[in-house]
Amino acid sequence: MNARHPEMASVALAPVFEVERVRADFPILQIEVEGKPLVYLDNAASSQMPQQVIDRLARYQTTEHANIHRAVHTLSERATAAYEEARVKLQRFINAPDEREVIFTSGTTDAINLVMHGYGRKFIKSGDEIILTTLEHHSNIVPWQMLAEETGAIIRVLPINDAGELCLDQFESLFNARTKLVGVSHVSNALGSINPIKQMIALAHRHGVPVLVDGAQAAPHMPVDVQDLGCDFYAFSGHKLCGPTGIGVLYGKAALLEKMQPFKGGGDMILSVSFEKTVYNTIPYKFEAGTPPIAAAIGLGAAVDYLSAIGMDNIARYEHTLLQYATGQLSALPGLRLIGTAHNKAAVLSFTLDGIHPHDVGTLLNQEGIAVRTGHHCAQPVMMRFKVSATTRASFAFYNSMAEVDALVAGIRSVQKVFA
Amino acid sequence: MADHKALYQEVILDHNKKPRNYGTLEHPTHHAEGHNPLCGDHLSVALQLQNETIDKIAFCGDSCAICKASASMMTAAVKGKTRAQAQALTQEFLAMATGKLDQSQPNQIGRLAVFAGVRDLPTRVKCAILPWHTLQAAFNSQRTASTEV
Repeated sequence: MNARHPEMASVALAPVFEVERVRADFPILQIEVEGKPLVYLDNAASSQMPQQVIDRLARYQTTEHANIHRAVHTLSERATAAYEEARVKLQRFINAPDEREVIFTSGTTDAINLVMHGYGRKFIKSGDEIILTTLEHHSNIVPWQMLAEETGAIIRVLPINDAGELCLDQFESLFNARTKLVGVSHVSNALGSINPIKQMIALAHRHGVPVLVDGAQAAPHMPVDVQDLGCDFYAFSGHKLCGPTGIGVLYGKAALLEKMQPFKGGGDMILSVSFEKTVYNTIPYKFEAGTPPIAAAIGLGAAVDYLSAIGMDNIARYEHTLLQYATGQLSALPGLRLIGTAHNKAAVLSFTLDGIHPHDVGTLLNQEGIAVRTGHHCAQPVMMRFKVSATTRASFAFYNSMAEVDALVAGIRSVQKVFA
Repeated sequence: MADHKALYQEVILDHNKKPRNYGTLEHPTHHAEGHNPLCGDHLSVALQLQNETIDKIAFCGDSCAICKASASMMTAAVKGKTRAQAQALTQEFLAMATGKLDQSQPNQIGRLAVFAGVRDLPTRVKCAILPWHTLQAAFNSQRTASTEV
């Protein structure tokens, strides 16, 4: 293929994305489901793991494991070095200015809850306002509702249009002197809409309001540069990023993190403890109480190495061609309605089929070896906006092929035949 | 294809397409709403009980094919039966759907056996049993719909 000669192609032509070579890195893509080759299209829920990450996890458990930041023995030093090295890898992955601004959490939900407890409970009072959007995942709604219930704060919601795009023209009207925080997803998990967060962050900052970005669906699919975006907080999960479950990241500006109160109390988050007074550790350790998921953090470090070697730009470009092809193919199917047709979209296709409930679609597609998600996708306000109780969602990753789009289309046709 | 799609047999597809006893009753003696918050399935079951016998029964709602067909076949199966018979059948259906039905004992399952396949699909079991749970909720409801509030 042309891409084997990148020096020749580098001037004008984008290199061909060698998806078969990428697929060979993912052992799980070789398995069969219901006697058919697995077609894994549930990447927005969780991605699969390449051999490189699996090997890194095995190497850690085999030769490096001990508790970190504690003992003077060799294994503890190895584990600590690997864990802190992973933090630096994650720092580079999102271009954070300082590794102290990268906090390991158990995932995006945990990261958002950290901001709610650490920032919200300290700085958001009765009558203060938080701006969210209709597109948010429940994990960026419920923590703020809990805070509102506790403090008497008020939640205001930026709506979306029929394409599933934020009504940006209404954004500024939501601000007032009591606005204390904006929470917005970078990419919608239910629809795939890519939100104009850079513009929104700039506007919020003009009102002196910090912005928390839920990046769970963006970090795996496009380059993320927190300095360029200017966001105050950016949260994402490891398991959607070819890494392990139980690990995620909260990026936060150091000045904000330092002002915040700790989320969880325990070991490692303190400098000294007496029953008279406890002195908290510095960031990021102030927010990493207890023994962290060391192996998972190191695995996530390996995952971002893997993704960076492919190139997030290349991944974004290839996934866009998948999206365009799949959108064309699915739109041509009679009785299929795409939910979410934003101009700027990640490779997520949410749809309904006339007269067929998404759960039946999901069960029947599974019998063809095709894994999709059906339901409300933890985004019930989005479902209400489109007046559907559920959708079928095919969400792609860079290891999906055009042939898998064809398999999905054939699968949908066969579902329609069953219900004809 | 049909061999791999054992659950989606002709009889289930037929009841999904042309549900029996679909609609509402004007003067139900018992009524309940069934809701599955996980997938959004929603249905209501209404019945008229006369001398402990189900004289009329109807259901309506928005749900997947498994749930709708189960509701349709349930209404057909319990119509004309006593409350006690309907409750016994419910217990048998729930046992079958969760793979706990003792096949060595006689039962009243009959055509409802088409739903036996859900036991292999844990996420779909709740779709099949929602109508039956709703029927039990209706039995436990107050005498008339107007006093339910």
